[in-house]
Amino acid sequence: MLEFKQVTKRYNDEKAAVKGLNLKIDKGEFVCFIGPSGCGKTTTMKMVNRLIDSSEGSILVNGKDIKKQDPVELRRSIGYVIQQIGLMPHMTIKENIVLVGTLLKWSEDRKDKRAKELIKLVNMSEDYLEKYPHELSGGQQQRIGVLRALAADPPLILMDEPFGALDPITRDSLQEEFKKLQKELHKTIVFVTHDMDEALKLADKVVIMRDGEIVQADSPEEILRNPANEFVEQFLGKDRLIQGRPDVTTVGQIMLRSPAKIDVGDTMRAAIAKMRERRVDSLLVVDSENVLKGYIDVEIINLNSKSNASVYEVMESNISPVFEDSLLRDTVHKILRRSAMYVPVVDKSHRVVGIVTRASLADIVYDTIWGDGLELEKPVQQ
Amino acid sequence: METWEQLVTYVSQNGSYIWVQFYRHFLMAAYGVFFAAIISIPLGVLISKYAKLSNWVLSLGSIIQTIPALGAMAVLMIVMGLGTNTVVVTLMLYSILPITQNTYVGMKAVDKTIIEAGHASGMTRFQLLRMVELPLAISVIMAGLRTALVVGIGIAAIGAFVGAGGLGSIIITGTNATDGTAIILAGAIPTALMAIIADLLMGWVERKLHPIKAS
Repeated sequence: MLEFKQVTKRYNDEKAAVKGLNLKIDKGEFVCFIGPSGCGKTTTMKMVNRLIDSSEGSILVNGKDIKKQDPVELRRSIGYVIQQIGLMPHMTIKENIVLVGTLLKWSEDRKDKRAKELIKLVNMSEDYLEKYPHELSGGQQQRIGVLRALAADPPLILMDEPFGALDPITRDSLQEEFKKLQKELHKTIVFVTHDMDEALKLADKVVIMRDGEIVQADSPEEILRNPANEFVEQFLGKDRLIQGRPDVTTVGQIMLRSPAKIDVGDTMRAAIAKMRERRVDSLLVVDSENVLKGYIDVEIINLNSKSNASVYEVMESNISPVFEDSLLRDTVHKILRRSAMYVPVVDKSHRVVGIVTRASLADIVYDTIWGDGLELEKPVQQ
Repeated sequence: METWEQLVTYVSQNGSYIWVQFYRHFLMAAYGVFFAAIISIPLGVLISKYAKLSNWVLSLGSIIQTIPALGAMAVLMIVMGLGTNTVVVTLMLYSILPITQNTYVGMKAVDKTIIEAGHASGMTRFQLLRMVELPLAISVIMAGLRTALVVGIGIAAIGAFVGAGGLGSIIITGTNATDGTAIILAGAIPTALMAIIADLLMGWVERKLHPIKAS
């Protein structure tokens, strides 16, 4: 869909603003360019519709070199949304939405129809079509800004910090609306932002840039899990790495590795002794291969006072373990939803390897709020 | 009170003469501004695009503005002879600065982001000028025309010295006559009225052309 081949931009022979950039973007992909100011992200975007011409290398849109196309035609075939919105104050909302249609000499009927179609996409009434931009709120104006970019149904849309000037609440709702819209319409989006949360939330692929070069280009999950270098880590910020962690942390990383267990063959008496010794009210029941069979707790023991009975006879076998490599956030749901006190952790052949308790969740919450998150790296010992 | 009666008598006896001079006076001012606009609006657009030119052009306009109107007219008279043409050309020279300056300022004041949006939507330079920049700058340009016209009406009064007629000639008749206060007033009051009415009308047009409308 969009391909950068060794693209370099130099202003007045000074240091290159963008150096030897290579990137391939697939159709329907939502790509966020992010980096500190002056990293070349906006320059990179503006080279796509030739608001800025590249000095070296080539950019291909749908396989065609943009240098070989008429820049005016090219721009009409690529949507463009800017932070300052830039609606024409002397034109009605309708005229603004179908601006590209006017340039392409559409008939009035076609423009009317298209404007009505589009304004429905953002859940605004048709009454707005006859209003002027200054009568709309900032959020509504930017919705119109997005519609203007969509008017001629371009497959590719460039967005330069489109939600940057909006208040946080409006920004959130617009981000969600837009992400939904993009999924429905299957547009390829190149989105420039300096807001990491925004990039992580919207993008299929985040391209982190510094000094005109790509530092890392990956999915948000991959970037949070494996930041390419210290710069990316710093850019993400420790807070975000910690916050991002519950999303990507596996159960294995935070589980307690020495759960209180008892063999199926043992007696109730042994079980009680074990509970007393470990100061717990519940034991995981395993066989000689360490495979999870069930659990036993004080309540069950109370109901079956025969202390000579074997654990096997009285244990509760209705227990659902989680796997070591499953994601923590799913486990959290499991514990909270079922109001279970703990979840046993097993490996692929159902052998017990650890346990996640409510206390371990408390640790994570604590680390997220107060800690530096480093404790999450090593398992907490009981 | 005597002056007042004399004024009423003069006006009632010379009503059509005053009207002819009034009309003539207005036409001189309007033509001067009109010709100036033909030159100055494109000039203003041009210098708003080429920043290097703007200093030169605006300084030149300021220099013209500093020459006393009577002097300029006298010099032009040597070249062009007596008559209305000399007045119209003088007025044109004096109108160039306010109109060029306002066009320049109006064009510069158009929000860069709106221009970027238009450009990125695929407008050609001419479309950008016609559909975005001029409509947004028009009220500021009109303010320039308004200033030029009001100033021009004042300067046209001196036109009588180069034999162009106009309300100025009534004023001069009054200064030459013994006890001519009433005649001076008969020329001066319509001149002032014309300037005020022109100002009000142009102000109204300016507001009408203001690009940001309420629906």
